[in-house]
Amino acid sequence: MIATQQHIDPKLIAILETVSDPEIPVLSIMDMGVVRSAIIQDDFVKVQITPTYSGCPAMDVIGDDIKKALQEAGYKSEVELILAPAWTTDWITPRGRKALEDYGIAAPLGAEADKDVLLHGKRMVKCPQCGSINTKMVSQFGSTACKAQFQCEECLEPFDYFKCLK
Amino acid sequence: MNNTNLYHYILGIADNSLILGQRMGELCGHGPSLETDIACTNISLDLFGQVRSYYQYAAKIANDGRTEDDIAMLRKERDYVNVLLAEQPNTDFAYTMARHFLFDVYHFLFLTELQKSKDLTLAAIATKSLKEVSYHQRFSTDWIKRLGDGTEESHQKMQNAINDMWTYTDELFHQTDADKAMFAEGIGVDVTKLKAVYYDKVNAILEEATLSIPESKYFQKGGKKGIHTEHMGFLLTELQYMQRAYPNMEW
Repeated sequence: MIATQQHIDPKLIAILETVSDPEIPVLSIMDMGVVRSAIIQDDFVKVQITPTYSGCPAMDVIGDDIKKALQEAGYKSEVELILAPAWTTDWITPRGRKALEDYGIAAPLGAEADKDVLLHGKRMVKCPQCGSINTKMVSQFGSTACKAQFQCEECLEPFDYFKCLK
Repeated sequence: MNNTNLYHYILGIADNSLILGQRMGELCGHGPSLETDIACTNISLDLFGQVRSYYQYAAKIANDGRTEDDIAMLRKERDYVNVLLAEQPNTDFAYTMARHFLFDVYHFLFLTELQKSKDLTLAAIATKSLKEVSYHQRFSTDWIKRLGDGTEESHQKMQNAINDMWTYTDELFHQTDADKAMFAEGIGVDVTKLKAVYYDKVNAILEEATLSIPESKYFQKGGKKGIHTEHMGFLLTELQYMQRAYPNMEW
């Protein structure tokens, strides 16, 4: 995993963990790696978040949800959207990857593996339903910007694959 | 305005993505299959997301009270400086993919260079966008090959589309005054230097797709100066309808 400078005040971690991505409710924004910094100054909190994809419509909602959660904990806050360093799927925590799998979304492979899977149709993406790797890509683009559509040839269920983004 | 050249430079990049994003968005609910429909609208969403970053920055530079929405929605046709390629209509799916492919190859090369910009905001947007555009490029390249090296009919349709869109490719490499000024300051990209690599890449893919490389040396231009094809007015009518009909409305 790439080490990146994440400055999050330990007092805020539990609060921020209650906020989730509205499109993937099982995944907290902390496990997703979109919170880049959260600093307390007096009773005011400054939070920086970064989008997964430029056009991700969830970012506005996430910003509002952060403010609401902090307000309930007694903090006034400001949320800023930053673009650099750009988000990568490497920032999804192991707990986040597990949450994705449990929810029925295959977690991202590495960048090179992704190229093989998406370009040459290699069988490497594991079906989150039955665990088979006998799966095929239906489309590089799925129900949200961050996902591709797959189908399992074993249990025949369709499923989402969280695309690797580096 | 403290930096007119930078403002115009940003619009030169952003307008391409806005107008192409609008074209791809038109396929929402009209794609030839569910998967391509979703793909085109995903691509549109990526482009609009990138556009927001650019226009937010342009609004900051302009510093005249206009917001990103004003810049996106309330300019007149002559004030949009996108390349003519971006505004060409979705005549059929071959045209949609040919247009997108010819833009994607350029877009990828351009953003790769823009990452090195001295302007940290532009460099950050470029790095972010490049990850998305690499997926776009894969998608359109794949379709060029599938349709080009497909059936007799799909081959012919793709060839027609490439022939027609070809005339708009040269403009991608024309420098505006803002381009020159920003390149001199280490902020912008020298697009003239991308041209040879671009045609090498495009030609190699066309050959792989068993398509002929158009020989025409006649190219259309004008978009970068605000002089557009007849399609632009119709596109803007739809794009701007809500803001014109209900001024200041917010989503």
